[in-house]
Amino acid sequence: MIDLKNADVNFKWEIIKHEGGEQLLKCFGCSDCAASCPVRYFDERYNPRKIIRLTLLGLKEQVLSSPFLWFCAHCHACTERCPQGIPVAELINAIKNYAVENGFCPEGYKVQFDLLKKLGRLYEVEDFDLKKRQKLGLPPIDKTIPEVVKILEYTGIEKVVKR
Amino acid sequence: MKYALFLGCTVPVRAQHYELSARNTAHALGIEFEEMSGASCCGFPMKAVDAETSLLIAARNISIASALNLNIITLCNSCTAMLSDAQLELQNNSFYRKCKELGFAFPHDVTVKHYVRMLYEDIGIAKIKAAVKKPLSALNVIAHYGCHYMRPSYLYGFDDPEVPHTFDELVTATGATSVKYPDKKMCCGGSVLGVDEALAVTMANHKLQIAKTEAADALISICPFCTVMYEDNQRKAEEKFETQYNLPVLYYPQLLGLSFGLDKNAVGFRFNRVRPTALLAKVGGES
Repeated sequence: MIDLKNADVNFKWEIIKHEGGEQLLKCFGCSDCAASCPVRYFDERYNPRKIIRLTLLGLKEQVLSSPFLWFCAHCHACTERCPQGIPVAELINAIKNYAVENGFCPEGYKVQFDLLKKLGRLYEVEDFDLKKRQKLGLPPIDKTIPEVVKILEYTGIEKVVKR
Repeated sequence: MKYALFLGCTVPVRAQHYELSARNTAHALGIEFEEMSGASCCGFPMKAVDAETSLLIAARNISIASALNLNIITLCNSCTAMLSDAQLELQNNSFYRKCKELGFAFPHDVTVKHYVRMLYEDIGIAKIKAAVKKPLSALNVIAHYGCHYMRPSYLYGFDDPEVPHTFDELVTATGATSVKYPDKKMCCGGSVLGVDEALAVTMANHKLQIAKTEAADALISICPFCTVMYEDNQRKAEEKFETQYNLPVLYYPQLLGLSFGLDKNAVGFRFNRVRPTALLAKVGGES
């Protein structure tokens, strides 16, 4: 049963403003995305069509607080099949971005953010790694790339992630 | 032929055998790589958080290759998608202006290609076949493309996103048989590993089970993330589904290097977690 009492009619306009969300209104709900989805093949709790319908209906809380939003593997199987030409994986990503802005950032992404800020990469490059590379005849790599911090400061993403 | 090699996060510290074999097979084919000093993470890990941040990180990496006036070669499917996405976004004026504000310069236009696509398009099957000294005709392998090798097609315009064939052709060029199998485009599950490990392992298990049914000698990967799922998490899949796979997961350049007759140390088989001992015995090599 869908209750529209608390629907936010502006929710869809917010998503459309986000990178990747521009084509949201084209969806006519055919379910090709759900039928092509490898994640849904194994776990029906993730359903891209349902997420898109709920977004169009304005059921903001339900969409943003759902842990299943994050099940999208961004594999683009849906994008290739959408008869409306919507880059569905990008649309789901736009909803994820909006969820983060509204304080729903999964812990794993906070950890990745901290690593990128500290190192500029996801894995710490230890002296051991550099020695191993040298032994294999591989060229040295930078341990940290501080220039990434400049980008994170420019977009102001830290305060959004930590919201 | 000279390219800028983009390593990303995982390959240089967790998959040195991929990097090593990619460099050595490239060398055997007359390809030169220039290092991208100062290159960072591609940006993909931040995409779900903020698409613009991820695109700017990617654009900065592109600017490094642009200064070198060299086209970019990547070893990871997701890095390929992320850098290609930024490449497209650079045509958007407001994004380009932001890059300028951050001090990124793009003196030369450069392209982004996965190593495997470069082999297919820039070197070609005929030249690769000509370099094969030890055809691997005893091997039956599963070619795993991974999602971001040919999808989204609006970024790549390469291969067929529904019925891909380029990687199969490259596998076949080594003399090995690229097994025809169901659910070829199935995702490895890597992207959901941090969200729901049981689901990710279930997704990886699907293709491991197929490889077993097909009695494949190995699964051939071209992405470090896919290898994390099929090799590093193979034991977890075996436990969860109460079965045994013992399936070697090789990076394509390792298979290629084997067919070129390169020294075992040049392709780094000792770094494969599931030892390809039986596979090597079949082709008369040692691990």
